[in-house]
Amino acid sequence: MAAAATTVNTFAPALTRPFGKTLAIYGKEAKFEFLTRLRLRAFSLSTIGFPVMFYVLFGLVLNGKEAAVNGTHFATYLIATYGTFGVMGASLFGTAAGLASERGLGWLQVKRASPMPPFAYFAAKVVMSMVFSTAVVLALFALGITLGGVHLSASEALKLLGILIVGSLPFCAMGLAIGYFCGPTSATPIINLVYLPLSFCSGLWFPLMFLPKVLRDFAHLLPPYHLAQLALGVVGAGQHEPNWTHWEALIGFTLICLVVARIGFQRDEGKTYG
Amino acid sequence: MLATMPEIQERRDVEFLRPQGVVAQLQGVSKTFGEVHALRSVEFSVRSGELLALLGPNGAGKTTAVKLFLGLARPTAGTVNVLGGNPVRAEVRTRIGAMLQVAKVPETLKVREHIDLFSSYYPRPLPQAEALAIAGLQEIKDRPFGELSGGQKQRVLFALALCGDPDILFLDEPTVGLDVEARRLLWEEIRKLIERGKTVLLTTHYLEEADALADRVAVINRGEIIAEGTPSEIKAKTCGRRIRCVSRLDMETLRAFPGVVEVRKDRDAYDIRVAEAEPVLRELLMRDSSVSGIEVVGAGLEEAFLALTQNGNGSSQPQTSGRQ
Repeated sequence: MAAAATTVNTFAPALTRPFGKTLAIYGKEAKFEFLTRLRLRAFSLSTIGFPVMFYVLFGLVLNGKEAAVNGTHFATYLIATYGTFGVMGASLFGTAAGLASERGLGWLQVKRASPMPPFAYFAAKVVMSMVFSTAVVLALFALGITLGGVHLSASEALKLLGILIVGSLPFCAMGLAIGYFCGPTSATPIINLVYLPLSFCSGLWFPLMFLPKVLRDFAHLLPPYHLAQLALGVVGAGQHEPNWTHWEALIGFTLICLVVARIGFQRDEGKTYG
Repeated sequence: MLATMPEIQERRDVEFLRPQGVVAQLQGVSKTFGEVHALRSVEFSVRSGELLALLGPNGAGKTTAVKLFLGLARPTAGTVNVLGGNPVRAEVRTRIGAMLQVAKVPETLKVREHIDLFSSYYPRPLPQAEALAIAGLQEIKDRPFGELSGGQKQRVLFALALCGDPDILFLDEPTVGLDVEARRLLWEEIRKLIERGKTVLLTTHYLEEADALADRVAVINRGEIIAEGTPSEIKAKTCGRRIRCVSRLDMETLRAFPGVVEVRKDRDAYDIRVAEAEPVLRELLMRDSSVSGIEVVGAGLEEAFLALTQNGNGSSQPQTSGRQ
């Protein structure tokens, strides 16, 4: 058998995949990731349904059209916070639940054994989450404007949407980190355990002013608080800190999550499989 | 040979695949997971155009070997070589197809969508209709994966392995959990790959499967290759015959006969494994005039396999570890 070593065929040229072809793979990966999730009712309905339902209950039903927080129209205020709540959910569930299940149940291995560019897999999850985030925010806009007496100019609406979509990235990163450290069945309960308390404590359900001072101070440590403040800034209800502190907090949080996700990714490379 | 596929023909001629050339190889490969030795100094090669079956019981290290070949795990010691390169490299991966054991595949995507996506990863994939045809999926191409039967699901995974028109396919237990009919269908499809000039490494714990498909068999047990050869060579490596008979002699007496490897009591009959039947039969007839119901059969691959994988039983392998 030692003699056989010399007969290993030498390999020819390095792979040069044209840029257009690589781009096409990214596109296809994202498209099919989106279709997979869209057809998964448990995901698509709850991702859009929960923020919309909460907004209808707390923003439209429980408060009159004229209610205000610190001079800001209540239904408008809550579009910013429930928008944050919505994109956070779409991002966390969109990345973590899929990753944990595909990683734990062997599908990711099949993908990794193929010549798929590894980054395309993660990019697809982020893009898919962003599409759902956009759908949530647009649904809130539509409800607020038609039923809640919300007035948003086109530029305000675009700016708010833009901030929320860009601001969903930290939660996509957080989802990847969770997805690498949770099993296929534990991912969803763990996301809920993180997502719901974080949302509440960051003032996404009720304006922070209704919460005790301890919690108001604590909120400054939470990433969703910072995204919500940026969103509230667009509708004129931000607090007094400058915008860059919120961006800094979100960027820092994103980097931490990416480092954790990377540790998980590398740990997987040497993991035990049957 | 494949007149209908000029592109493949061209690649074959220009580049490498000489007959009998080694296209994938483990050299002195060990893999440990903590305390567990999944593979111990394994050496073996896959030659161009052959179907090599890696045969072994569950937990023998088959899946680990496949994962090393696919670059999904790194060896603790030794080197892995596929098509002259490290399988982690993307340019090697574009010429490899893999079928792994998967507990769950995205269920809401349709069969053709799965194939569409995987084909896009490869530089020169098969036309989708052809990939569907080879795997026998034309009629269910619009069905979501989650609605398929077990056999159909395996065929989709098989189609994902071949849709990129790779040169080598690694199939990890391709027919596990399938009923007899589905298994035979998949066998036919695997044979077609060999006819197309592909190289296939498949793992199995079905002896019948290795016997039916393989050009060569490597028997693996507890992380070590314990035998390698054609299916008939493997059979020849162990004692050749089994004698069944009803005899009044006791087991100890039978065991003491020259050439007897093993004696088992099976209801009222003895089941005697022997190297050669004739001397034992002569002795038997001489010592026991009342012996009856004599049957002599050749040992199948199954016996060979059992003999090879049982510690020091009928095999000349020096086995020191007595782990059970």
